[in-house]
Amino acid sequence: MNDKLVEKEKQKITSAKKMRDIMTTYYIDAMSAKENNKLVAWITSGGPVEPLIAMDIIPVYPENHGAMIGSSKMGEDLCMKAEDMGYSNDLCSYARTDISCAIVKGGPIGGLPEPDMLICCNNICGTVLKWYEIQARFFNVPLFIFDTPVCHTEFSPEIAKYVRTQIDEYIAFLEKVTKKSFDHDKMAEVGKISYQGQLLWQKVLNTTANRPSPMTAFDAFFFLALIVTLRGTMIAVDFYKELLLEMKERIKNGISIVPNEKYRLLWDNLPIWYQLKWLSSKFSDHDACLVADTYTSAWCSSLKYIDENDFLNSIAEGYTRIYLNIGVDQMADQVIEMIKFYNIDGFVMHSNRSCKPYSFGQLDIKRIVESKANIPVLMIEADMTDPRAFSQSQVETRIDAFMEIINQGK
Amino acid sequence: MIFAGIDIGSITAKAAIIKDNQLISTHVLFTGYNTLTASQKVFEELLSKVNISKNEVKTIISTGYGRNSVDFADKALTEIICHGAGAHFLNPEIRGIIDVGGQDSKAILLDNNGKVTNFSMNDKCAAGTGRFLEVMARALELDLDLLGEISLKADTPANISSICTVFAESEVISMIAKQEKRENIIAGIHESAAARIATLAAKIKIQEPVMMTGGVAKNIGMVKALENRLKCQILVTDSAQENGAIGAAVLASTL
Ligand code: SF4
Repeated sequence: MNDKLVEKEKQKITSAKKMRDIMTTYYIDAMSAKENNKLVAWITSGGPVEPLIAMDIIPVYPENHGAMIGSSKMGEDLCMKAEDMGYSNDLCSYARTDISCAIVKGGPIGGLPEPDMLICCNNICGTVLKWYEIQARFFNVPLFIFDTPVCHTEFSPEIAKYVRTQIDEYIAFLEKVTKKSFDHDKMAEVGKISYQGQLLWQKVLNTTANRPSPMTAFDAFFFLALIVTLRGTMIAVDFYKELLLEMKERIKNGISIVPNEKYRLLWDNLPIWYQLKWLSSKFSDHDACLVADTYTSAWCSSLKYIDENDFLNSIAEGYTRIYLNIGVDQMADQVIEMIKFYNIDGFVMHSNRSCKPYSFGQLDIKRIVESKANIPVLMIEADMTDPRAFSQSQVETRIDAFMEIINQGK
Repeated sequence: MIFAGIDIGSITAKAAIIKDNQLISTHVLFTGYNTLTASQKVFEELLSKVNISKNEVKTIISTGYGRNSVDFADKALTEIICHGAGAHFLNPEIRGIIDVGGQDSKAILLDNNGKVTNFSMNDKCAAGTGRFLEVMARALELDLDLLGEISLKADTPANISSICTVFAESEVISMIAKQEKRENIIAGIHESAAARIATLAAKIKIQEPVMMTGGVAKNIGMVKALENRLKCQILVTDSAQENGAIGAAVLASTL
């Protein structure tokens, strides 16, 4: 191998392979659930998954599947199929791809295993309500809706009571569908494991505060899959322990992910799945490293409300006060905190045609960040899975100009 | 010392030469199909016009949407930075720029050193760009260069409500069918484009003095419509279309 290749090899994150294997096993297990007499629940990405794990139900995430469809560049075709069925192209592309995939069994893994029940938590958006209702009718399975009111300013006692009651209803729903009684000891154990997993994920993300950063947000987008799909299991805990060690090792040995890291950027909104490679090399050509993002940290940002020893009671608040379910001012505060913590030189916002709750307040957040943090902010328009909403040469000019402005200011 | 800037836009290719901090000359051509050929041609024609040989040019910067295809340039920079540098070079007082080219329109904010501090651009939509005006001129069977002068005769500008260029074109066609006065239709077209561009300016809170650059700045009707919208005076230089190339040459001298 020549020096360049050796250097490139050194830069690679070795845990990536293990992660791929874990995800493969996870999907094989889910696909063969029926043969193993296990039940499958489809659940939204921000939904309370721990009770499912405690009941030995396999959770499957249509949104994770959507990300896979996007990364394998199969989004356009599946979106168009949904549009042929009569769905508007304004509908979230995760919903569109999932709805059409259920019928045509397309996508990189030939569709998801059929659900025995659906769990829908609207802490991420309102789209999921109708989406899950459609799927409940299509598969003819029971649907549980976990309703978390938006916390614009505070988590009021009324909200607390309302959400807490639903946890009991959720458990009753699971007992009815599985015809088994709920094991509270097991639940307490799963709760602790989930907490640990989230804590470790936060620690992994924190390592990028180091200059140079041992990984980028593009890596985080990939490693995120476990904290979403296997939250509450030891698989996630063990994996993130290893990943954390690897990151610490990289920091110790001064191994950076972007060869000449000069600028540090923060990303907002979902990734543009079908353009990760292009975007990552585009930024790296400018010696810029996307060190953090508001998206992957959403799976640990409400940790402060969770009590690992009183898990079921505390998740009412934890699941309600996630990033997409709070007011714009609070979102901006979190962004500014991240800008300080990670030493950010510029903020890149993806205005995502699909995700309304994520994109709606962005112009306000942009203004707040520009005035309070005094760093350049770039807004690019795209969609996380539907490439028809992305125009490469336009985005390229914006990124180039943005990097030129940051460079001028240095 | 001599420096050059080459701006390859979607419709025209521009080149500029600067010698000892003075603008020597500029040149404009249609880009055509091959951006590299266009860049070579516009550069060579300019050189022969001013009698300078290639070897005398110390540094070349390319810009515009075709910037990365100019293989003989020393560096490629975006139009945004180059228009900033060009405007500052021609008038150091300028704080706001409205640049309207063939497929892009942008609003740019400068600090007092001529550095770009913020910008906004139209997104994936031709409304409010040169292309929009071109389509409309075709629907009216008029030469693009005539739009500005004719529009000044309008008494009540027509109301074009569609943002989409294609729909706006059919609106214009139905107005022609209803025998609406041509000058009123054109003024309406300018107002519609100005409204789009004004949102870009508002997004970055544009500051005066404002200069308009890019090919569309040659259209007096557009400039007036924008002045009305932004409620401020807009400066236009004779080299508005070549402003990006001039800026590129200015920046080449700082490399
Ligand atoms: S709208 Fe946003 S939060 Fe809702 S499913 Fe789509 S991407 Fe997720």
